[in-house]
Amino acid sequence: MAAGLTFPASDAIRLPNSSLEFDVNDALPLGESPLRSIDAVEYGLSEAGYIANRQISTAIYMAHHLQKPILVEGPAGVGKTELAKSVASWLKLPLIRMQCYEGLDESKALYEWKYGKQLLYTQILKDKINSVIGDADDLATALDKLHAFGDVFFSHQFLEPRPLLRSLQEPRGSVLLIDEIDKSDQEFEAFLLEILSDYQVTIPEIGTVSALVPPIVLLTSNATRDLGDALKRRCLHLHIGFPDDKLEAKIIGSRVPGIDARLLKQLVSFAQQLRAMDLKKVPSVSETIDWARIMMLLHTSVLEVDLVRDTLNVLLKFEADIEAAGKQLAGLTHKARQDAGIA
Amino acid sequence: MMSAPASEPLRRFLQVARGAGLRVSAAEGIDAARAVDLIGYADRTILKDTLGLLLAKTPDEKAAYEEVFDLYFKRDEFAGGNADDREESEPNEASSPSNGEGGDGMGGQGGQSLGSLLSADDRATLATAMEQAAREAGIENIRFFTQKNLYARRILDRMGLRALERDMEAMRQTGTPEGLGRAEFLEGKVDQLRDAVRDFVERNLILYAKGETEKFREELLKSARLSNLERRDLDRMRILVRQMAKKLAARYAKTRRRRLRGQLDTRRTLRRNMGWGGIPFITVWKQKRIEKPRVMVLCDVSGSVAAMAQFLLMFMYSINEALSDIRSFAFAGSLIEVSDILEKEPVEQAITKIMSLIGFGSSNYGNSFADFEDGWMKHVTNKTTVIILGDARGNRTDPRTDVIGRLSQRSKRIIWLNPEYRSAWGTGDSDMYRYAPFCNLVTVCSTLRHLERAISDILEDAA
Repeated sequence: MAAGLTFPASDAIRLPNSSLEFDVNDALPLGESPLRSIDAVEYGLSEAGYIANRQISTAIYMAHHLQKPILVEGPAGVGKTELAKSVASWLKLPLIRMQCYEGLDESKALYEWKYGKQLLYTQILKDKINSVIGDADDLATALDKLHAFGDVFFSHQFLEPRPLLRSLQEPRGSVLLIDEIDKSDQEFEAFLLEILSDYQVTIPEIGTVSALVPPIVLLTSNATRDLGDALKRRCLHLHIGFPDDKLEAKIIGSRVPGIDARLLKQLVSFAQQLRAMDLKKVPSVSETIDWARIMMLLHTSVLEVDLVRDTLNVLLKFEADIEAAGKQLAGLTHKARQDAGIA
Repeated sequence: MMSAPASEPLRRFLQVARGAGLRVSAAEGIDAARAVDLIGYADRTILKDTLGLLLAKTPDEKAAYEEVFDLYFKRDEFAGGNADDREESEPNEASSPSNGEGGDGMGGQGGQSLGSLLSADDRATLATAMEQAAREAGIENIRFFTQKNLYARRILDRMGLRALERDMEAMRQTGTPEGLGRAEFLEGKVDQLRDAVRDFVERNLILYAKGETEKFREELLKSARLSNLERRDLDRMRILVRQMAKKLAARYAKTRRRRLRGQLDTRRTLRRNMGWGGIPFITVWKQKRIEKPRVMVLCDVSGSVAAMAQFLLMFMYSINEALSDIRSFAFAGSLIEVSDILEKEPVEQAITKIMSLIGFGSSNYGNSFADFEDGWMKHVTNKTTVIILGDARGNRTDPRTDVIGRLSQRSKRIIWLNPEYRSAWGTGDSDMYRYAPFCNLVTVCSTLRHLERAISDILEDAA
């Protein structure tokens, strides 16, 4: 579970300006599109508040130009989900999010028939049936007449689109985030293959629905189970690891504006040291960001052992980890201060 | 843009990548070609990132990929960008390996002789000539280190060494100090060239043959008798055992889930949809009650089968995840339960601990079975599968077949895995044929592959 997300976990997040009228130049894929080069991607993402390294921007660039989904793997809290959000907000596309879990099936992921509406309409139209069948002499004629009306009850009006279908129907394209695909069943993974390779789905009653504009698809996985080869083959595979100290400082700097540079250095050094330790769960980037926010609120400028001890539960979530780190707190804090150039 | 033909350098890189153990499908190859079309070869960092996204899809593969990418693109074969036009000469040359006469040609080097190249010390052109000669010699087919000299010789021949040697001989024949000096000078250069070529072949061997050698070794290990394994193979073996157990666990978990879905349960569907007048909006499916597989494993850890026992214990340790209800026992002179140890300790320690507790002694099957009857027979139900691993050699003690008889009546079935060849059963102190009538299955299990098959069958039926 990607920790520390600030967005609600609803399956669709519409960004405020997605419904505004848009400039033609915004539409993808045109020559001057924001995805024209890898540098442009990197710049655009940083504008949206996401500090991407070269690999990440290359992946986004490739995903767009090769029209392939990206499978993002990496430890929890390194910004896998955040990447999708940032891409959406940068390209001003709606982000459609689908959280996977065991037992997720196509009626929740793709579409469902509006049973209630169908039922209601049948009841209302009950009286009309006589005028349709009317003077039919026998059952066969009556059936023929009914057939002439086609499958009215299985048409788009009675279709409830779920995230996957919705992302295909977005007129300007969308960013589709399939979160934690490793939590879903293997059967569901197989079901995703059609949409991932051809950007289309087949609904038996209606036919094949193709994407108006192929969405940018990101799948995330924490590797709780091995994904199938078929799925991996269809995706670009991006591994996001923990950032190095410089990148992490940049990320925190952009997420916690106004933070003191020396404090930032100390925090990053401390977090990086914790990650080098043998812990059950090492602190993620999002947890370091939370910690930085707290330090800002407390008007800290220099890390003190007592303060760190009191706030350690922001970084570490297991009792055993807190205990293990607690023993070395003085050393860790000292090293962090040293790295920041404070005696 | 949809399907650009893979350019020659990329095609060769894909081949190298496959050799290094990356599974690159044809579709991924096409994607790679499209991607390269998009970004070109100019920026190596971007090229590396891009191909990495497309070709390497697990942490292991990423590591292998980085290694092979650096190794492969360290060579500056794209500098000239004329890799494609040389290609046509490759197939026919490569198919005639005994091409001893082709030594005079210098390929497409504009008629420059090897001698003048060497004396001019033109390293770049020499390197290119070497690359080209290597390609003509079919270096990408190199698989074993014994082929090193063969390929080095072929490359040198194609670079025109024979002609040069003839020239040098002629110079010596003139007898003038000038000619002798020149011959000596070239002699030194040729030695350097030989070293360079040998180095080059070595690098290519690593490049093209690494994956092949690994695969070969693993195949060998899978069918090697577990008792004959050498110490240096143990680590690799452990990895294999773990892989195998994981594979089985995954496959088994899947069947179990699949069997949860049955046919429509009409009765419960109707009741559930009473509110809508019986129109089935919500469907209820029949569920097959899955029998919890109960497995009891009795593993002989006495001296005679110790090597085998290690692997079985390891296997049982790994398979623990798949089976919800498994109890393991180890015995030699007597029998103890080891489920707890296997569950709580890391695998290496667990095995050491078990072996130190009870291992290596001489086995007494009768005694051990009696222990089992006293302590655990009451837990055996008609759903229990009992697996016994051992050579059934009780050192002429009472085999206590009566216990096994009672066990077979209580349990669902007994499976006996014997690491000995069938021909050895019943010889000497082996009681295998006395136990066999009570077992539902007695089978030879002496290699990892046997083990996998046996366990796989057990899991299949247990679901």
